[in-house]
Amino acid sequence: MNSISTVGGPGPCPDRPRGRLRVQIDSKAFRSADGVATEVLQGIDFTLAPETFTCLIGPSGCGKTTTLRIILGLDRDFAGTVEQASPPPRMAAVFQEPRLLPWRTVEQNVRLALPPHDRPSSGAPDLDALFAVLGLQDLRARFPAELSLGLARRVALARAFAVMPDILLLDEPFVSLDEHTADRLRALLIALWQERRTTVLMVTHNVREAARLADRLLLMNGRPARLVGDVAVPMARAVRGGETLNRFLATLTREHPETVLA
Amino acid sequence: MSDTPRVPTRAPLRLLSILAFLAIWAGAAALADSPDVPGPLAVMRFVVAEAAGGALFYHLGVTLARVAAAFLIAMAIGTAIGVLMGQHHTLNRALDPWIILLINIPALVVIVLCYIWIGLTETAAITAVALNKIPNVVVTLREGARALDPKLMEMASVFRFSRTRLLRHVVLPQLLPFIAAAGRSGLALIWKIVLVVELLGRSNGVGFQIHLYFQLFDVAAILGYALAFVCVMLFIEFVLVQPLELHLNRWRPGAVSRPA
Repeated sequence: MNSISTVGGPGPCPDRPRGRLRVQIDSKAFRSADGVATEVLQGIDFTLAPETFTCLIGPSGCGKTTTLRIILGLDRDFAGTVEQASPPPRMAAVFQEPRLLPWRTVEQNVRLALPPHDRPSSGAPDLDALFAVLGLQDLRARFPAELSLGLARRVALARAFAVMPDILLLDEPFVSLDEHTADRLRALLIALWQERRTTVLMVTHNVREAARLADRLLLMNGRPARLVGDVAVPMARAVRGGETLNRFLATLTREHPETVLA
Repeated sequence: MSDTPRVPTRAPLRLLSILAFLAIWAGAAALADSPDVPGPLAVMRFVVAEAAGGALFYHLGVTLARVAAAFLIAMAIGTAIGVLMGQHHTLNRALDPWIILLINIPALVVIVLCYIWIGLTETAAITAVALNKIPNVVVTLREGARALDPKLMEMASVFRFSRTRLLRHVVLPQLLPFIAAAGRSGLALIWKIVLVVELLGRSNGVGFQIHLYFQLFDVAAILGYALAFVCVMLFIEFVLVQPLELHLNRWRPGAVSRPA
């Protein structure tokens, strides 16, 4: 039915770098307790170019998280393929909830995500910088229960960037934060992404957030959900505020009223 | 961070309660005025005399060793089976009737059968005790394995945790409260069963001594041995189990001042 296939033979393949990701979901259905199958995704097909920042937008419950779970290999019950480079790229994720291990400290949570051979020496100075950027340097010995949601989300971001992923998937990482905190985290995310070039796919239903962060917006809607739009964001990141952003959002709303207003 | 005091003010109440118990006991003994109902002082005198001769420590030690062996075996086997049953639906349905059967067989039957089939040996004694405890551990740990948080398992899968890392940092910490619960109820149950095992087929240990003094109708000795072993168990609870629990629970908010 499905496969997480690898393309190219062994060794490096220059035309298919590790940050490239082709997602092809012909169909995905959920079966309810009484055995009725409901198709939630159909004909989803997109390719992420290396080191780009893409947002997947759509109304709540339309299947965005399901798409991410399929890419992450957490849901293998679908028809289609997720094509990855060979050797497989290193992936990292920031989930809606921080998903930290409550019985391990902040630093242990981040270190445990590192591949075993990264741990002894090479990772250490790098983590210092990462913790400093995210303002976590004084919280390394804390347990997650002692952190606010905003801080816990930062730890989740630190964990994701610490593994130096080729592909980073984010699932509404800034929901239920106050706007000020969410804004600071968005700025941190962009700073980290620009510094450590990686392919990002972020799921959100906040169109303004998506237009401020991404190079490209994928719009998803319908039942079953399909891709209904693929929009490049033409603005330089530095000028994405005020009037320019509002004009872009107004055009987007006009062209995709059901998806963007929802 | 506030530093809450570790010993709350309930210590005096606890002491008062123990004193009241001793007073009622002494009163009842005085009223009965019979060697079959010795007071606390008579029991204390027996314990001191038995300890001075060394016999008390020998028998306590033998029983404690049996408790420890049976406890470790039951916890290890019970945890392994319980976790497997909690995670594999088919295995659970296949083994569930056995567990129900084992849990409902009287301890005495298991002990007698072990002595008959294996012989009047140490192996038989410890096997019998462990068999009595294993189903309880299985049932508790099965609940624990079912309660494993799938969100953390997914996180571990995304970040490609190795098997050992998954077990040590994700699974085991979630199972610890269940292991602690099984362990705590297990220790109390096991030492009671060990006494029966000793009574029926061993020639040393607290159970054997109680059997001996039962034939002599020496109630002070019976109570002396029983209370001495209760003291050993209390010592283990306060010096080993509770500090360990406190250490393992240090990540929980408010864990420090949790009641015992």
